[in-house]
Amino acid sequence: MHPAPSVITFTTLSGLGFGLLFWLGIGLPDPTGWVATAFFGLAFLLSVGGLTASLFHLGHPERAHLALTQWRTSWLSREGLAAIATLLIGGIFALTRVLGIPAAPLGWLVSLGCLGTVFTTAMIYTQMKTVPRWRHWTTPALFLALSLAGGALLANQRHPALVLLALCAVLQLVAWTGGDRRFAASHTTLATATGLGGIGRVRAFLPPHTGSNYLLQEFVYVVGRRHVLQLRVIGLILAFGLPLPLIAAGLSHITALVAVLAHVAGVLCLRWLFFAQAEHVVGLYYGKR
Amino acid sequence: MTRLPPPSAVKLGLVIDLDTCVGCHACVVACKGWNTQSDLGTPLSDQNPYGADPSGTFLNRVHSYEVTPPAGPTQQVHFPKSCLHCEDAPCVTVCPTGASYKRGSDGIVLVNEDACIGCGLCAWACPYGAREMDPSAGVMKKCTLCVDRIYNDALPEVDRTPACVRTCPAGARHFGDLGDPDSAISQLVTDRGGFDLMPEQGTKPVNKYLPPRPRDRDTAGDIDILAPLLAPVAADGKGLVAWLDRTLSKLPGGHG
Repeated sequence: MHPAPSVITFTTLSGLGFGLLFWLGIGLPDPTGWVATAFFGLAFLLSVGGLTASLFHLGHPERAHLALTQWRTSWLSREGLAAIATLLIGGIFALTRVLGIPAAPLGWLVSLGCLGTVFTTAMIYTQMKTVPRWRHWTTPALFLALSLAGGALLANQRHPALVLLALCAVLQLVAWTGGDRRFAASHTTLATATGLGGIGRVRAFLPPHTGSNYLLQEFVYVVGRRHVLQLRVIGLILAFGLPLPLIAAGLSHITALVAVLAHVAGVLCLRWLFFAQAEHVVGLYYGKR
Repeated sequence: MTRLPPPSAVKLGLVIDLDTCVGCHACVVACKGWNTQSDLGTPLSDQNPYGADPSGTFLNRVHSYEVTPPAGPTQQVHFPKSCLHCEDAPCVTVCPTGASYKRGSDGIVLVNEDACIGCGLCAWACPYGAREMDPSAGVMKKCTLCVDRIYNDALPEVDRTPACVRTCPAGARHFGDLGDPDSAISQLVTDRGGFDLMPEQGTKPVNKYLPPRPRDRDTAGDIDILAPLLAPVAADGKGLVAWLDRTLSKLPGGHG
């Protein structure tokens, strides 16, 4: 799949923003006044910034409001509604914290909304039967774990951050190991795609067009797959390998900044791979994957 | 509304005969032509059409595959591919705006371009590559089964079929109601063993494909069953060509 920068930025930043908002919602930490303004400001900056980035890959962003109408069937629609509802309630909750008014149950609702938003984002990808690598429980599990881990890091929650970052690394390895075999396990091949497998061995002989087209640009992206091992190692080291010992040793302002920046860069790398490595079955028609 | 309607009684669709298709791409051109001049939606645009790297939006494309049976010669199969108007169309349910829909009356899958935000999710959900985003219009394009032809009273009756079917010089494309088991097109599917593409994806395509018929097997070891008919005409030693053959062979350096 084509790794669109807007979608990678969106899923990474808004995941981080909603992750931070989750921890603020359950009162870990529970700041008031100016400190609350800074914490909630960062959470909203990341989540709203990410959502805005996602509008850039639309052909008609001016009609984006229509995307909230089909929540009965569409995960994208559900995500939009979940994000807006969470941000609205989150805004009210942030105001109560800044003013120091107790409103813990409202915070729990915000946290629940954060989980729902990240889950619906992940389900947009998980639902795709056409991309076997994504169609697995590890996709929402990893999206949720990464969001919560990044949030814990930003919220300076030492023990949850340690546990969640380690969990993310394990989940990521499980997702890769299974994901590498999932296309073959889907039993979709050029033989079933053409229905000619009963006659004999099928090979793509002539492409339907001499140049490129939307399908090849969007679904047959091979650059990422060439350097998979290197990118996986870089992603793991940045996202988890570097932050984990730093957090374990106890964070100062400088090391916290290093840990956060390394983690975000690592997640960006992993998210880029999530798209660039994913194979869509339509590539079979072109004799590619 | 992106909820799928209950299965319609009428299921309009295409049957494509892989035995007869000659791979001429006339259907591709006719489709592009009709859907560019049609006022049903925005034209199908081209990018850099006369430049070094031309590309464009098409709703129908013809692939060619080589099939090697366990025994016997390899065959080439031309393979036109367009929207299959699936009964369980995954492209419809993923649409967040309701732009993508399946008609309850005849099962045609369409895009309301005025509501399309160009997010591309429907193309992701389609296993067949039937949808292409038009970069000029910023909306998703797909086969309409020429809904502006098949019900169009302004056209002569013979033209009330999809442009690809109307133009096919080999008669490899058939249009009709696949929901009616007695229709000519359904009979064709039954008689010829029509099949679905990627049945394991669970999309239940309406369009069917007819398999290539088994090739004639030549027992004399010739490359083609017609090979004996292509033997030299002057082998019997009569006529002008035979005389020329003999005379030229006698010249210095001639082949005897």
